[in-house]
Amino acid sequence: MVEIYSNLVAGEFIVPPFQELGPLIGARTAGDVEKALVAERIDVDLFAALLSPEAEPYLPIMAQRAGELTRRRFGRVIQLYAPLYLSNYCGNRCAYCGFSAENVIDRRVLSLEEAEQEANLLAERGFQHILLVSGEAPGRLAVDYLAQLARRLHHRFASIAIEVQPLSEPDYAQLFLAGITSVAVYQETYDVEVYPKVHLAGPKQDYRYRLDTPARVARAGMREIGIGALLGLSDWRLEGLALGMHLAWLRHRFWRTAFTVSFPRIRPSAGGFAPMTWVGERQLAQLIFALRIFDPDVGLVLSTREEARFRDGMIGMGPTRYSAGSCTAPGGYSDPEQTGEQFAIGDLRTLDEVCLAIRAKGYDPVRKDWDPVFQQHAGGEVSRQYK
Amino acid sequence: MLSIADRTFRSRLLVGTGKFSSSAMMVAAIEASASEIVTVALRRIDLEDPGDDIMSMLSRDRYLFLPNTSGARDADEAVRLARMARASGGGEWLKLEVTPDPRTLLPDPVETLKATEILAAEGFKVMPYMNADPILALRLQDVGAVAVMPLGAPIGTNLGMITRFQIEIIIEQARVPVIVDAGLGAPSHAAEAMEIGADAVLVNTAIAVAGDPVRMARAFAMAVEAGRDAFESGLGRKQIEAVASSPTTGLDFLK
Repeated sequence: MVEIYSNLVAGEFIVPPFQELGPLIGARTAGDVEKALVAERIDVDLFAALLSPEAEPYLPIMAQRAGELTRRRFGRVIQLYAPLYLSNYCGNRCAYCGFSAENVIDRRVLSLEEAEQEANLLAERGFQHILLVSGEAPGRLAVDYLAQLARRLHHRFASIAIEVQPLSEPDYAQLFLAGITSVAVYQETYDVEVYPKVHLAGPKQDYRYRLDTPARVARAGMREIGIGALLGLSDWRLEGLALGMHLAWLRHRFWRTAFTVSFPRIRPSAGGFAPMTWVGERQLAQLIFALRIFDPDVGLVLSTREEARFRDGMIGMGPTRYSAGSCTAPGGYSDPEQTGEQFAIGDLRTLDEVCLAIRAKGYDPVRKDWDPVFQQHAGGEVSRQYK
Repeated sequence: MLSIADRTFRSRLLVGTGKFSSSAMMVAAIEASASEIVTVALRRIDLEDPGDDIMSMLSRDRYLFLPNTSGARDADEAVRLARMARASGGGEWLKLEVTPDPRTLLPDPVETLKATEILAAEGFKVMPYMNADPILALRLQDVGAVAVMPLGAPIGTNLGMITRFQIEIIIEQARVPVIVDAGLGAPSHAAEAMEIGADAVLVNTAIAVAGDPVRMARAFAMAVEAGRDAFESGLGRKQIEAVASSPTTGLDFLK
């Protein structure tokens, strides 16, 4: 038993206050960074060193180490997926999000038929992994809708993931049976002081319920959980440290679950929100390298929020999963004129173009890395034996 | 401090009571080991007899008695032994051993998991002896084991930490203490187990059959402390290469 951080093994995940995390990073030296770069495994203290300003001169070495670890664990491959936006109705007021309730945008929820048509288009374009996304409006898009849609789609896709509002454990269990394999739920910010300042109304104001969501997902038997922090709300170094601690805690509790991490940076959107803290590409790269070195086995997602130049450059340095050809407005694949998007895309290339770029880097763009046969549950019972 | 379930211990060395040349030698060696947890084979003792040679010579105030099910071939036998021991005042602590092969005495993973689940549900504090299999360690932890006891090498072989890499994974993943049991033939083996982060080690044969068991017990005690200190002081372990001074990785694409 290794105590990676004193409260990691405790009953529920406790986010240390950011005032406590600050000194943890501030106390790290260049010697700690060098230690982290040659160790086979690093603990939270050395992870903090890699996130610290002391690590900045070592960025190329971090990139090299992150690349080695990624190749060793995942090989020379990048897995591809596409988001499918189902609805942009939302009962939350979140300062940074285009779907925020007070924004005046074209609101729409796709019918099951429309959603299926969008999915068919993605399948025709060559996508095997899709991520169903919606705002939080259970009255318009409930769990039943997701379950019905998953049942309609799951024989056509290698895997179906969701990124919707936090649900209950039985809801997740129901969706798992319907054919959904993974759930993404980002804390947005782990900073308890900033969280209420950007979540101004709606159920998303409940920090704790959101924080406990990955544990509910895991208990319900889902294969994979995506966690993440929205960069631009609080200090990215502390955000990264809290994210890594959350990941380590989840790993210790739920050893049967696979994890991925995303690092969305705030993009321009309706509402005109300006990031509260600045996170540049060098900072984002440092965070990605540090997290890869901290957890060599975690999947790292880099979405089309980032520009093509950055995404191409990062191939082979840590990320394992890219979206491509994305549209963030519901119905946007069938109708390119569709407005009401969540945020502006940074990489506008098609799937084929992204695949070419991945190949040019000596990596294999993998379109299928799962199979619906895994989701054909014999008895329909979710195993709750191993929590 | 070593914490197992609700108890804490200063010593991270657990010792056995078998194979000594005499009860007096056993007591002297255990004292020299500074151990606070002693394991004793249920088949060797009579819990209901206050004059039992092992039980009467070691104070229960000073030592936690950890009865073991040595000899059990399957879960049924182990469970029966454990229940019998508790009914006779043996307490709820239990070192679970299920070893169907009398030649190697290797633990049976399937029966061990079964017995752990049953006994943990009955309130026993089960510490299963197991092969160094990381998934089995997680499964045992999931069904309620309060510690796991992977073997460094087959019992009695004195081979040391031949399962080191597996045990490292177990240590990294476990939420319960990891106690390396069996195969540790020399103090350096015990130190190695402690250096990689094991919470404790259990040694019996190497002490009991030494020319001078008392000095050997002390040697193991020092090795366990040395290994733990090294682990806690942040051993510069497994350095895979020096930090490259002029990496070739291009980051020119970053704005």
